[in-house]
This record gives sequence, C-alpha cells and structure tokens, in this order.
Amino acid sequence: MTGVTQSDFRDALLSASVPVPDGMTQPDGSPASRRFNVYRNNVAVGLTEALESAFPVIRKLVGDDFFKAMAGIYLRNHPPSSAVMAGYGDRLPSFLKGFEPVRHLPYLPDMARLELAMRDSYHAGDADPIAPEALAALSPDRFVRARLRLAPSVRLLSSRFPVHGIWVHNTDPARPPVAKGAEDVLITRPHFDPRPRLLTRPAARFVAAIQRGASISGAMAEGGDELDMGALLALLLTDRAIVDIY
Amino acid sequence: MFDQSPSPRLPDAAGVGYKPQHFSAILSDPAPVRWFEIHAENYMGQGGRPIAQLRALADRFPVSVHGVGLSIGGEAPLDQDHLSRLATLLARVPVASFSEHLAWSTHGGSYFNDLLPLPYTARTLARVCDHIDQVQTRLGRRMLLENPSSYLAFAESEMSEPEFLTEVTRRTGCGLLLDVNNVFVSAVNLHTDPRSYIDAIPAAAVGEIHLGGHDEDQDEVGQPLLIDSHGKPVAEPVWALLDHLLSRTGPRPLLIEWDNDVPDWPVLAAEAARAQTVLERVAA
Repeated sequence: MTGVTQSDFRDALLSASVPVPDGMTQPDGSPASRRFNVYRNNVAVGLTEALESAFPVIRKLVGDDFFKAMAGIYLRNHPPSSAVMAGYGDRLPSFLKGFEPVRHLPYLPDMARLELAMRDSYHAGDADPIAPEALAALSPDRFVRARLRLAPSVRLLSSRFPVHGIWVHNTDPARPPVAKGAEDVLITRPHFDPRPRLLTRPAARFVAAIQRGASISGAMAEGGDELDMGALLALLLTDRAIVDIY
Repeated sequence: MFDQSPSPRLPDAAGVGYKPQHFSAILSDPAPVRWFEIHAENYMGQGGRPIAQLRALADRFPVSVHGVGLSIGGEAPLDQDHLSRLATLLARVPVASFSEHLAWSTHGGSYFNDLLPLPYTARTLARVCDHIDQVQTRLGRRMLLENPSSYLAFAESEMSEPEFLTEVTRRTGCGLLLDVNNVFVSAVNLHTDPRSYIDAIPAAAVGEIHLGGHDEDQDEVGQPLLIDSHGKPVAEPVWALLDHLLSRTGPRPLLIEWDNDVPDWPVLAAEAARAQTVLERVAA
C-alpha cells in the first residue's frame, strides 16, 4: 500500500475543506476525522499565538476577533518557512497592504513593520557601547571625519503615518493620541528591551547617512541646517546605540 | 563514539522546562530543581535577553537543549540551515544533552510548528535512522529521541511504536527521551496498554524522562481523547506509570514540562519537588 504522504497530510492540515486522507484510523478502525482535527487545531492555534505575540499593537488596533480571523487567513497563505518562530510574520506588512478588510486603516502595514523591527532589535546581537566621553575627546578635525558604528539592535524606520504616536498611545493609553503626518522612528535597545524613539526628519536623515557609512560631516550635510546635533548625539549615547568610532 | 564533549551531564534529578518569567526566582532560589531544559528554537537569535539568560542559566546549572523543529521524521532531506543553527547554539554554552522528537513538522519548505505523526514502516524507519545519523554526525554528540503523543493510527504501520523506537536506538546508537505523559495519552487514545509499552522499550537507552499535563476531550463517538497540552499538573495515572518506568530504568533525569498557562515559580517548583521525591524513593 502507498500510505498517507506528507503532502496529502499537509493539504488537509491547512484546509478544513480538504478531506482527511484515507489511511489514518481511530481504535475501531474507522477513519480518524475528528482526531485529525487535533493537528489542524494545534497548527492554527500555535501559529496564531505566534502572530499575536509578534504584533500586539496591530492586534489591539483591529481587535482580538478580527486579528484571529486575519491570522487564520495569513497562516494558510504564508505558513512559516523556518522553525525559528522569532522570524514568523515577516510578510504581514505586504499581506496587510493587499487585505481588503483593512483598506480603511492604511497605516497598518507600517505599524507591522515597526513591530517587526522591534522584534528584530530584541533578538539582535550584543555590542558594548562607546564611553560617552569618547566623542567629546576627539579633536574637532577628527570628529567631523569620524564614522560611527551603530549597535546591531538599532533600526530606523520612516513612515508617512504617525506610527510612533500610534504605537505609544496603544501601549500606554495614558499617553495622548497622536498628531497626523509622517514620522521617523529610531529603535534602540539600551539594555534588553527595544525602545522606539521619535526622530525629527533631519535627525533621521543623519542616522540613515551614518548607517550607510558616511562620516559625521557627511551625515551632518544630509541632516541640513535644522539638525540638532547635540540632542541627537545625547540620545544615541544615552541609549547605548553607538558601539564604535572608526 | 560521540562522548568527546567535556560538557556536564544531566543529573538523575528533577529539572523543569525553563520559562523566562521564572528567571529571577530561579536565580534567588532554584530548589529543588537541579537542571533546566530549553526549547532550542527560542534561542537561535544573535543576542539580547534570551541569549543572556541562557548564558546565566548554563553558568549555574546543567542545561538540556530540546529541539522542536528539526523534522526528523520528514520525507524531505533535513534542513541543513536548521542543523547549522543547532550546532551554533550547542557551541554557545555548555550543553549536557540534546534531544528531538520522533515526528515531522516541515514539508515543502513550510514549517507547521507542531509535532506531526509518522506511520511505523520499514521505509520510515530507514529515513528516521538516516536523519538521526546525520544529526549525531553534524552535532558530534549522541542525541535522545522523544516518543510522540498520538491521536490516531496509520493503517499502513507495520510495527508498534516501542518496536520502532527499539530498532532506531539499535541502528543509530541514539538514546531515548521517554515522555511518560505521551505514553499515557497515546495508550488512552489508541486503546493500548501503557505498561506493556514501558515493558517493551529498551530501559538502558532511556537518558531522560518527561512528565507533563494533558487535557481531556472526546472523539465523535464519545471515546476519551487526551490532548498533550502541557498546561496543567501531571495527572495521577501518569505518576503511577512513572513508578513503573523507574522500576525498570532506575533514577534518570526527570523533567516537568509546563508550557501553557505557565504557573508562578512556587507551583512549578512544587511539581518538581514531587518528582524529586519519587526519584529519591527509587534510589533508596
């Protein structure tokens, strides 16, 4: 006999409308249809919980029931491609972009990007920060030519929506709801917990240039006249985000 | 042939599955727990809190790494990237034991995050043994293979689960991680005798024992259907079955698994204390 292939099993696992393959039985020898549902349920519940823990703010924005239903569609279309569940859900931003029922919430894909970036940051590698006085110790000439290496946990994200404000309000309701408009968010990880920090546009341009390997003077040129260098460097140092000067 | 590692051994004592929310409680007073087990896939990031906690644990206790995602029973070749991630993790901290499951979880490039069942045939036996050979060679150590909990049977199976496991240990040299709750759950679900199962496995190959809680449900004809949920205390018949197993094996590293609705540390520690008492009675 040929038996149940794992392809047949998989097809029925992910779709309740695909009949349970023949060849699996309960103790009396009859087909094990309801028992097969244990596996269907385990897979759906396990993957849904993984998405819930990865996207708490998205879940709060759309509600528990809606999130569960959406997760059910997502997990059937995009099952994990690796056993490392800390990577699961990376296609949610593009999924949300094309998901008709959330068309009226155009900021959701960027919020998903922000939550993914927070999770990436949480698991990113460790690196010791430079001493706060190391920058001040550079001669002015050396300072402008220096390049800065940011911590592996640092992420920069730009959105045409106020994603930082929405994130903050939905994780701490005491904080007021948000202004409209584009926002730039820097994620830092001072110790173990990532923090989203709102950046001004000039500061975001500066950080993006630094990430590309520009010198401080090059990055300052990108930031433009409105860049508040002092405030930005203080933030980066306080959040232990600079790990090398080179 | 795989025992070149200087790593600590798991003691024949009670351990628990590590949960990050217990970290501070464990560092201040771990008693009576003597060792910990982690799920490998939760520690495959580059750094941050998970890796820092793992290092702190491994500094103080023997650590067992328990994989859930290698898909040793899969029809497809083993995922070499995943095997490399395991090798990286095992090199990161001293690891006393590595175990995985008799199950599959990946097919066609998709991972299902569940332990899916295998028919017990000559063909699946050859495949499982080939995969275990690859794992032991790549990781440079002997692994333990855990028996699954079953909800259904395959008409095509040619041998019993103990026969299958016995043959796997004989051909590959791997050990067994015997999950007593899984033995009980499968026996109830498939109407077999759990004590005969215990009597049929090679006792000397058992390198670790798992205990966990299960949920009770029914199938469509009203027969009991137990679900391996790891969400409550170990059931009394499972403790009784443990006594029977220990009468064959003697004391072994004995782990309490509690993965869902995880209780506060004192509740888990109390469950571990009961396991420790059972072990001490057997040793006496």
